[in-house]
Amino acid sequence: MTIFLLRRLLSAVVLLVVVSFLARVLLYQGIGDVARNVLGESATEEQVALKNQELGLDQPLIVQYFDWLSNAISGDLGVSFFSSQSVWDTLLIRLPVTLSLVVVVTLLTGVVAFAVGIYAAVRKGWVDRTLQILATLGDALPPYIVALFLVTFFAIQQKIFPATGFIPLTESPAGWARTITLPVIALAIGGVAGVAQQVRSSTLGVLHHDYIRTVRSRGLSERRIILTSVLRNASTNGLTSLAVQVVGILGGAVFIEVLFALPGLGSLAVEAAFRTDLPLIVGVVLALMLIVVTVNLVVDILVAWLNPKVRLS
Amino acid sequence: MTNTPRLLEVDQLAVEYPGHGRKPAFRALEEISFAIRPGETLGLVGESGSGKTTIGRAILGLVKPTAGHIRFDGKDITHAGRHDRRNLSRDIQVVFQDPYTSLNPSMTVEDILSEPLTIQGTNKKDALERVRGLLDRVRLPANSGGRLPREFSGGQRQRIAIARAIAVKPRLIVCDEPVSALDLTTQATVLDLLVEIQEATKVAYLFVSHDLSVIRHISHNVIVLYKGHIVEQGRAAQVTSQPVHPYTQRLFMSAPVPNPAQQRERREARRQLVAATTGQAA
Amino acid sequence: MTLATEVPTDVEPVVPRSGLVRRFLRNPLGLLSTLVLLAVIVIAVVVPFLGLPDPNGVNLREANRAPGAAHLLGTDGSGRDIFSRIMWGTQVLLAGSGISLAISMAIGVATGLMAGYYGGWFDSVASWFNNLTMSLPGIVVLLAVTTVVGPNVYIAMATFGILLTPAFFRVVRGAVQAVRNELYVDAARVSGLSDARIIARHILTVVRAPVIIQAARVASIAISVQAGLELLGITDSTVPSWGNMLNEGFRKIALSPGLILWPSLAIGLVSMALILVGNALRDALEDRGHGTTRAVRLPARTAVEPSATPAPAHPANALLSVQNLKVAYGTGSGQKEVVHGVSLHVAPGEVLGLVGESGSGKTQTAFAVLGLLPEGGHVSDGSILFDGKELTALGTKDRTALRGTDIAYIPQEPMSNLDPAFRIGHQLTVPMRTRLGLSKADARSRALALLARVGIADPEKTFKSYPHEVSGGMAQRVLIAGAVSCNPRLLIADEPTTALDVTVQAEVLDLLRDLQRETGMAVVMVTHNFGVVADICDRVAVMQSGRLVEVDTVEKILTAPSQSYTQKLLDSMLEDGPARPYPFDDDDSAASPLKAKE
Repeated sequence: MTIFLLRRLLSAVVLLVVVSFLARVLLYQGIGDVARNVLGESATEEQVALKNQELGLDQPLIVQYFDWLSNAISGDLGVSFFSSQSVWDTLLIRLPVTLSLVVVVTLLTGVVAFAVGIYAAVRKGWVDRTLQILATLGDALPPYIVALFLVTFFAIQQKIFPATGFIPLTESPAGWARTITLPVIALAIGGVAGVAQQVRSSTLGVLHHDYIRTVRSRGLSERRIILTSVLRNASTNGLTSLAVQVVGILGGAVFIEVLFALPGLGSLAVEAAFRTDLPLIVGVVLALMLIVVTVNLVVDILVAWLNPKVRLS
Repeated sequence: MTNTPRLLEVDQLAVEYPGHGRKPAFRALEEISFAIRPGETLGLVGESGSGKTTIGRAILGLVKPTAGHIRFDGKDITHAGRHDRRNLSRDIQVVFQDPYTSLNPSMTVEDILSEPLTIQGTNKKDALERVRGLLDRVRLPANSGGRLPREFSGGQRQRIAIARAIAVKPRLIVCDEPVSALDLTTQATVLDLLVEIQEATKVAYLFVSHDLSVIRHISHNVIVLYKGHIVEQGRAAQVTSQPVHPYTQRLFMSAPVPNPAQQRERREARRQLVAATTGQAA
Repeated sequence: MTLATEVPTDVEPVVPRSGLVRRFLRNPLGLLSTLVLLAVIVIAVVVPFLGLPDPNGVNLREANRAPGAAHLLGTDGSGRDIFSRIMWGTQVLLAGSGISLAISMAIGVATGLMAGYYGGWFDSVASWFNNLTMSLPGIVVLLAVTTVVGPNVYIAMATFGILLTPAFFRVVRGAVQAVRNELYVDAARVSGLSDARIIARHILTVVRAPVIIQAARVASIAISVQAGLELLGITDSTVPSWGNMLNEGFRKIALSPGLILWPSLAIGLVSMALILVGNALRDALEDRGHGTTRAVRLPARTAVEPSATPAPAHPANALLSVQNLKVAYGTGSGQKEVVHGVSLHVAPGEVLGLVGESGSGKTQTAFAVLGLLPEGGHVSDGSILFDGKELTALGTKDRTALRGTDIAYIPQEPMSNLDPAFRIGHQLTVPMRTRLGLSKADARSRALALLARVGIADPEKTFKSYPHEVSGGMAQRVLIAGAVSCNPRLLIADEPTTALDVTVQAEVLDLLRDLQRETGMAVVMVTHNFGVVADICDRVAVMQSGRLVEVDTVEKILTAPSQSYTQKLLDSMLEDGPARPYPFDDDDSAASPLKAKE
């Protein structure tokens, strides 16, 4: 188990290094004349050269990257090209909003999807039929369309929830809940349907396994069998699909934060993209990857704990 | 000194499966030597993990030998390349155990049977003509050609697999547990078909099975394998009724006979044997 | 699956090869969705010739018009015709998502085929890159890309195509890996087929359908991302596209909330059509368009229709008595009977053999007694009396209460019958604690004693092991220990030695015989092997095609059966038949005869 954890941790670090390298190198190379871009067309050649030196862009690529990396590890991700604020500080301000969304949506998705998926597989009937329809809708409707309709109805017409803005949890739990309710619903619908579908099909698979018949032959109640054998064996696929879904939730969060004017990492990414603010966008990519890697690690540990065979591979 | 030339010679064959990560390499076969002549059946008998299937796969080129030689018709084929293998496929064919996965479920019987023929350069029309002959040879209905494998029972599928093997008129067929997935009554008819084909065509069989009685029924010579080693070899009648090696004896005594009184005796004999051998070991 | 061997495998009617297309077209949603997609393609092609108003024609005097004759769906805030913009939007949409689809499919299928077929380092590297791609939030990557390349939706969608390659890679690689080790691919190799021909003939056919299904899903994701990028306003906002229309609608959502309606509907309709086409194809492929969502009828609620003929009387001293048992699958006109009226009984302490070939209904009969028939199976007629109780009349709860303590079960395949997620000790102690009310410590010591009793050398170690850590023979001993752990009065053993090596089979039979004598339990031994019958059974019931052929003592059945079918079965046994005559007159053969090594 320890070896398994260490290997997962190592691969997570490698992933972060590779992604940060690609982001840093490709973006700066792709833009070409970064200093000119920052200073504008009117800048003189001397000013551009000076700026290049200031940003360390006159160094070889690999040196640039390792400079950046060693700074990043010590908590320095540079300053924004435009606001001159520390990227690190900006990320720290924006992170709680996105984390609120992602954590709530992921937990909600996990709990609801497992409950619905297992129920649909075991009992079939109307729950199963509804799940099938919802899964199709969830697959077909992008979160931003759901969000637009939620805003139109609940915020503009009924005025039950605010259309925009964010109140931190530390400031007012009730206000926090009110501001994230619509965003969470818009983000969760697709994920719940997708994960529930996966849980449903792996539950059906488990129910057809020989060992379920054998457990039944021991005279244990059906309820107990479903809550132990079936749940545990079906959870591997469900959790893995939840981990994949988290990546999708982060992508969806970009739209949701823009539409609901939430000051999170997603809306920050859009602002940075508009202004070609390279240090900021590299910082956002890194922060989001850190969330993905953490979720994957947690899921890996859960899966390994639930499924002894996984620890071997 | 040989009256009949040897068709297949296996000399000091060893196969090792490489280890993965910290798992050590696994030696599946060691010091395997035997020969088969045209028209002869050599039975390979052993339990799971004995390496019997690996021998067949090595001869077919599906696993790579670690040491030793395989000669076919005097020619060394131990490490035959793809080109040599294609030529060899005219002479060496295979019938696998599982009649459910050895036929491509999406191909018709006609396509399955003509595939080895067209590979060898037979034109489509002649191939179809030959397919009709083959279906008749293995006693399947003449209209079977257009059907899919799933429309046939286990025994019928195994007949299709046999037809595919004999399509190119090979000189050696590796039969890997060809009847162990079949019902009793079907087993006997498929074995009889194999014997009949051998008597008509003088094809040689390397017949792999875990079942001593099946081996006895079809083999001329028998090799008994245990954990990758040959523990006993000789004439079928001898090895399958008066085995010499304690392992073969135990194998023989373990198979129950369909007669309560005789089975009681056999059971007693087995217990004594096991007690004697474990007593020796201790 | 035990069921698979029990369902008759006779030649079925010829299935038409075009079955897939036909099944797909029979699905109304699939057909409708296909028509929607075709319509979108046709519109994109013919839209310049339709004489629609200029989709970019700004006319502020015509702004915010309601739907009417001049403007079918009204106009937006700049007076542009909404209907015209929707129609022209199909072009941008098809071009953008088409690029994504083409790129992801080309790269994903090619690399998936190579990785799946050849494995090795290419597989490792490609899989690693795919895992990396899958953990990237695509939309953020696209934002980063647009910083570099500017507001070009096609370059963004091409990049997104690369990000989508895992969708194809994973499916293709998985399908190829599953097929690569199939025996028919080995057979093709032995026939001398080249890799290219094996892939073309045997592997592409397997990959085709999943790729099409995946293409529909990928296209719908691409559409939603393309419109999303346009909605964010980071692409060229001058082209008439659905996303740009959403963008305008969003900016004016408080003033004219209706503007988001038409582009949303258009995006929703096309994605929905793609998803439904994919689903319909999947259903057609799995051929399970029917019956998947029907509610499960619990076995106990399935009413047993009263038998037309009065059942023969149950023997007085029997522990188990089955009369005129019929087992069927499905309901109504689709009902298929697999056991057609079987009657037998087992006395306390007796071992009854239930013998027959595959499809004889022996296992179905055993499952019916246990009340554990596979889904869809039910007792359609007859009576099962256990210790005076009519089992077919019991509710689910009472039936469950009998299992384990009164009627126990040993399965055929040891490895697939232990729950892979729990330690063996846990699997043994839970039934004893819940059914016998033992404390944790008592259950543990009894489990260890049982493991020792069934011949496991190191009970402590096995107790702590997971099922994948023990051999098949050990697993079967564990299952036997589990079956007898709650002192059952009847043990139903379904081919308990078939999956074992013959030397292990002999030991397991010895164990079962000893346990039966010690506990005095009755046993129903389902088997196809007459040797096993001779070894352990007192009486034998022979079955064929769901019917009972004869029941008699083991001596009578094996030495002087009254039915010709039984005789035929016995005759087809190869045991102790003559060995094949040796055809050569010299001694050169598999080396010299009678050579035994020490």
